[in-house]
Amino acid sequence: MLSEAGSEMTVASPSEKRRGVAGRGRSFRRVLPYIEAGALVVALVLPFVLGDRTDLVTLATNVLILSMLAISFDLCWGLAGIMSFGQALFFGVAGYAIALVGRDLDFSDAWATLPLAMLVGLLLSGLFAAFLLLGRKTPSIIFVAFGTLTGSYAAERLVSGWQYVGAGNGLSSVKLLKLGAYEFVEGDTFYFLALGLLLLVYLAARYFKQSQLGLVLAGMRQNEERLAFLGYRVQLFKAVLFSFAGLVAGLGGALYSYHQGFIGPGNMGPGLSTTAVIYCLLGGSGTLIGPIFGTATVEVLSYALSDIDAIRHIWPVVLGLVLLLVVMFQPRGIVGLFVSDRERIGSYGRRRSSG
Amino acid sequence: MALLEIRGVSKSFRTLRALDGVDIDVEAGRFHGLIGPNGSGKSTLLKAIAGAHFADSGTIVFDGNDITRATPYERARAGLSLKFQITAVLPELSVYDNILLATQSGESLPRLLRSSSRRVLGEEVSGLLERFRLVDRADDLAGELSHGEQQWLEIAMALALKPKLLLLDEPTGGMSPEERQVTGKLLEPLRAHCALVIVEHDLHFIRDICDYLTVLDQGKVLDQGDVETIQRSPKVQQVFTTRV
Repeated sequence: MLSEAGSEMTVASPSEKRRGVAGRGRSFRRVLPYIEAGALVVALVLPFVLGDRTDLVTLATNVLILSMLAISFDLCWGLAGIMSFGQALFFGVAGYAIALVGRDLDFSDAWATLPLAMLVGLLLSGLFAAFLLLGRKTPSIIFVAFGTLTGSYAAERLVSGWQYVGAGNGLSSVKLLKLGAYEFVEGDTFYFLALGLLLLVYLAARYFKQSQLGLVLAGMRQNEERLAFLGYRVQLFKAVLFSFAGLVAGLGGALYSYHQGFIGPGNMGPGLSTTAVIYCLLGGSGTLIGPIFGTATVEVLSYALSDIDAIRHIWPVVLGLVLLLVVMFQPRGIVGLFVSDRERIGSYGRRRSSG
Repeated sequence: MALLEIRGVSKSFRTLRALDGVDIDVEAGRFHGLIGPNGSGKSTLLKAIAGAHFADSGTIVFDGNDITRATPYERARAGLSLKFQITAVLPELSVYDNILLATQSGESLPRLLRSSSRRVLGEEVSGLLERFRLVDRADDLAGELSHGEQQWLEIAMALALKPKLLLLDEPTGGMSPEERQVTGKLLEPLRAHCALVIVEHDLHFIRDICDYLTVLDQGKVLDQGDVETIQRSPKVQQVFTTRV
């Protein structure tokens, strides 16, 4: 039966599967713009508040950079309904690419290396999209999840044994990012560079979500098969989103590599890929701002608790439990506590209040 | 040449032969009803036309193009539109957005990204909302509509694709008698725009709206002709009196 096949193929994010009563109906208040504005204000004043605590500025910069990875995953899952368990692959490979360009070509100028990293992310994810999504047969969600996971795992193993790229030790002493004669070291300027780039990525993703393309994605998440019958090339839309997500992850990976001065096999493996899933689901998938909150929560907690030995050893277990609890009890994540389903899913036509 | 030519189409599910060498012509502008007892193959045939199943053998030619093995997406682009038997509106989107989604399906990806047709299509959406009596519910979620209203929304969405041929799988399923009457009235003006293939259990409804009927039984065409011919057909009467 068509309807049965449809329900199998439907890709609803976990949060959409358990829709509650709250936030339904025709009247809903928009709160996301306020949350976004508030987050931006906090991000702008943060370095001044932190002042001399350079370790905390470094932590905050790290959060901004990892947020790009989280948004990259949100573009896949929260917007396009693609369960990617390998998002760190694009992050890590781009990080390696710019580290190698720095080491072998002695070049680290932002105007060329950051676009290069984005291109690497875009091409690699485009390749994966072509293989995983654009076949004649509609791929199942499991196929894509395992395909991306395998890619991420294989890359980590491959790099671990490859002397040219530092094998298990990774690449350290990555050349500093330059803009003309200026070199970005850890600190306020790197923080604001990361913030500026994250803002651009965020605005682009937000534009995607609110465009007519976003309406197609919202429809796809609810019933992919139905969209095909409306004449949409569903898999092509997914491939486009997946490639753009790869580009975003690539930019994040390059910044990470420059900021840490180090990139290793673990930065492209399933460990970081899964952490990206946690960032996004904890914060609230499909909201774009949620993944940033998720990243901040996980990273700040991890930093604060890292001095306590007992907790540090079981930290991955704690994260795993957090993910489980979120999926079971608060599938809409932190942001979902404040944002209605209707606002999260999106509204593209008129509203009564506006005429 | 007919708009849709079905020749020798067969389809089996394991041992069950759901369709067995079916030949049907659907002329442009005609309202063509498919009737028959349960399990006679009506829905299977409709799905083979729309692309939800592929026929095992035989050919389906639509508007001069062989679409026997085309994907649902390619068929939709060619001008075929299907209204599902079980309503498949997008429950978490507003009624307005459901119709907008259908009207904008011909747009290219860059145009969708730039939202360049949001305003222009708005008028088309409003027209459909009005025609299908959904204006007051435009801002409600599609999942909150009554069953009858969801059926109308489905028809509106199928029609928004500006199809040459609209396939309706039980358009009045689960409707009250009043809603059925309204549905008949809503469909009547379509005659000028497209041909219709309807699968329907309600024989009164189908007699009122269709010009031409095909009766299926056990996967084969039992008889076809205009409504009077079918009503007088002894073969059809025999099947319907003994097995329905």
